[in-house]
Amino acid sequence: MKDNKNLLEIKNLSIHYVTEDGTVRAVEDMCLEIGSGETLGLVGETGAGKTTTALGIMQLIPNPPGKLVNGEILFEGEDLLKKTQAELRKIRGNKISMIFQDPMTSLNPVMTVGEQIAEVVKLHQKVNATEAIERAKLMLEKVGIPGGRVKDYPHQFSGGMRQRVVIAIALACNPTLLIADEPTTALDVTIQAQVLDLMKNLKDEFNTSMIMITHDLGVVAEVCDKVAIMYAGNVIEYTDVKRLYTSPKHPYTVGLFGSIPDIKEDEDRLKPIKGLMPDPTNIPSGCPFHPRCPKAMGICSQQKPKNIEIETGHFVKCLLYENPK
Amino acid sequence: MQERLLEVRNLKKHFSTKKGMLHAVDGVNFFINKGETLGLVGESGCGKSTTGRVVLRLLEATEGEIIFEGKDILQYNKQQQREMRKEMQIVFQDPFASLNPRMTISEIIAEPLVVNKVFSSKVDMQKRVKELMETVGLAERLINAYPHELDGGRRQRIGIARALALKPKFIVQDEPVSALDVSIQAQILNLMADLQDEFGLTYLFISHDLSVVKHVSDRIAVMYLGKIVELSDYSSMFNNPLHPYTQALLSAIPIPRIDIKRERIILEGDVPSPINPPEGCRFYGRCRYRQDICKNKTPELKDMGNDKYVACHFTNNLKPATV
Ligand SMILES: Nc1ncnc2c1ncn2[C@@H]1O[C@H](COP(=O)(O)OP(=O)(O)OP(=O)(O)O)[C@@H](O)[C@H]1O
Ligand SMILES: Nc1ncnc2c1ncn2[C@@H]1O[C@H](COP(=O)(O)OP(=O)(O)OP(=O)(O)O)[C@@H](O)[C@H]1O
Ligand code: SF4
Ligand SMILES: [Mg+2]
Ligand SMILES: [Mg+2]
Repeated sequence: MKDNKNLLEIKNLSIHYVTEDGTVRAVEDMCLEIGSGETLGLVGETGAGKTTTALGIMQLIPNPPGKLVNGEILFEGEDLLKKTQAELRKIRGNKISMIFQDPMTSLNPVMTVGEQIAEVVKLHQKVNATEAIERAKLMLEKVGIPGGRVKDYPHQFSGGMRQRVVIAIALACNPTLLIADEPTTALDVTIQAQVLDLMKNLKDEFNTSMIMITHDLGVVAEVCDKVAIMYAGNVIEYTDVKRLYTSPKHPYTVGLFGSIPDIKEDEDRLKPIKGLMPDPTNIPSGCPFHPRCPKAMGICSQQKPKNIEIETGHFVKCLLYENPK
Repeated sequence: MQERLLEVRNLKKHFSTKKGMLHAVDGVNFFINKGETLGLVGESGCGKSTTGRVVLRLLEATEGEIIFEGKDILQYNKQQQREMRKEMQIVFQDPFASLNPRMTISEIIAEPLVVNKVFSSKVDMQKRVKELMETVGLAERLINAYPHELDGGRRQRIGIARALALKPKFIVQDEPVSALDVSIQAQILNLMADLQDEFGLTYLFISHDLSVVKHVSDRIAVMYLGKIVELSDYSSMFNNPLHPYTQALLSAIPIPRIDIKRERIILEGDVPSPINPPEGCRFYGRCRYRQDICKNKTPELKDMGNDKYVACHFTNNLKPATV
């Protein structure tokens, strides 16, 4: 993919949580990149490591139990791991902002939504209180909420409106990178459509790059340019949206598509992936997917698949695609 | 002619709240044929779960009739109600919250058998429990495990086994797979389809996930703010939605394909409050086609032929709003 214009480059990132029950390898040897204005979808089921990846980029992994054990996170060419706390604070919310997985808890119930947006604006831009509130009004209007409601409290809004307020806060500082962790999962479809539409428009308007974390392949098809599919801490397939949807290569990706009912076809039965998610502290040897994989070979339980670029810009971690010789 | 197992007529459930009367279910009509699945979809708070619960008399209806096998179950006395409970069961969304954490798997599955004194011998009952576990794909070694030791998919299997224990004819499935990961969701959906075939079960399948509902249902009812706005067989629902709300709802589903480009109808505004709703169409405030009459007169669910029912004043004659 366009390598010289990368806004964010994640190289060989590994993040572990050390718990009483053992070590959780939440992110293993991850390599991803995002160009400016690009949207990357990060997809996976519960516990795959999506939120951990996002917190890793933000340098907000709780330590202990979490620890970034290896890798680099280059943002605008500079390694975030080498930044001081003060430098990181400037980057967070200024250049990189995040919409957290549980939007309802990320709003302060005793502050008006206007104050909450203005607070972000003031923190990152040299404006006075009146200007900040004006800017808050503008942001509210951008997300489709009348500016006159700046003095309302979160509980006075519906779920979909609150989520739009959260987006307004995340975008108030005009970030270069927005990380959105399941921003629409809790919303009804018609409200989800409103919010996704809004995010697409704002992204185009400000040329924001985005990481969209979701478990919904429909949402990815709707808004993303590239996709990374995660399973048990590993990005097992990573390519552009077109290739992922037209020729998925990893058996897990294929299994995911088989598990969702296709709304455009009539099918009697779904083709689920057999078995269950592995225990996070006891990931299977070799390929972590091998106990559930319909294509598993003898070697799959012994050898860890490498990240193979099967064609330019299409990466797969599966032994089926590793050259036998 | 197919045999009707259940018919619901003008069903209402109102809750009195501090702010006024909440019309959770407000005059709902539908029927379900033997062996079929009726999907019930709609957005959060539109009254799906309340409908399911009222139909099973887990909540008392405010008004209406619930005809099960030809008899109005709202007229049943206590004894008849107990008998009815065996025929009509429910599977809940949150498998964790709905299972008693202090009971083992076998105790949970056996509970309805104990309460209804189905078996006089413990051995027979254990046999039935094991049979049920096998039916839903739970390994026998889990018989003495506790719910917290199991993952969501297995917990949902327990809920299903318990619902099947008394050999019901009818099961309300209230978002049975919504809490599960997609790969596990597919396993449970397949299981439910198998059970339906094997035991000739009839389902009311409640969900907000339209792809799932389309997959499992023979016919689908779309609810909006306590009322059914459209009801038809699944293919006509998806290929030819007539109600403006159904049209918007279907257009909003994110489809996991990139070869399909659709015109998306973005609805303005939010769902209004169900408390003391005014006369007129409930969808009025968000409808692209609203006219004056819509504000003043509540549209009835009209028979459009071919078993399709729509509640809109301008079905097949929608013109851009003038008000
Ligand atoms: N603070 C923590 N302490 C210990 N383990 C953790 C912690 N946070 C996450 N984990 C574990 O790390 C793994 C990855 O978790 P993560 O939250 O990143 O998953 P996710 O893909 O975001 O899942 P979901 O879809 O449920 O949000 C899981 O096994 C999780 O249990
Ligand atoms: N016991 C109750 N007392 C008061 N109001 C109630 C009660 N139960 C439900 N309601 C209200 O009735 C309406 C319908 O609720 P219901 O749970 O049936 O919706 P639903 O369609 O199942 O929504 P969801 O998709 O969120 O599960 C809502 O406005 C809800 O707040
Ligand atoms: S490496 Fe083996 S087990 Fe893993 S996905 Fe590929 S074929 Fe399946
Ligand atoms: Mg997460
Ligand atoms: Mg419900």
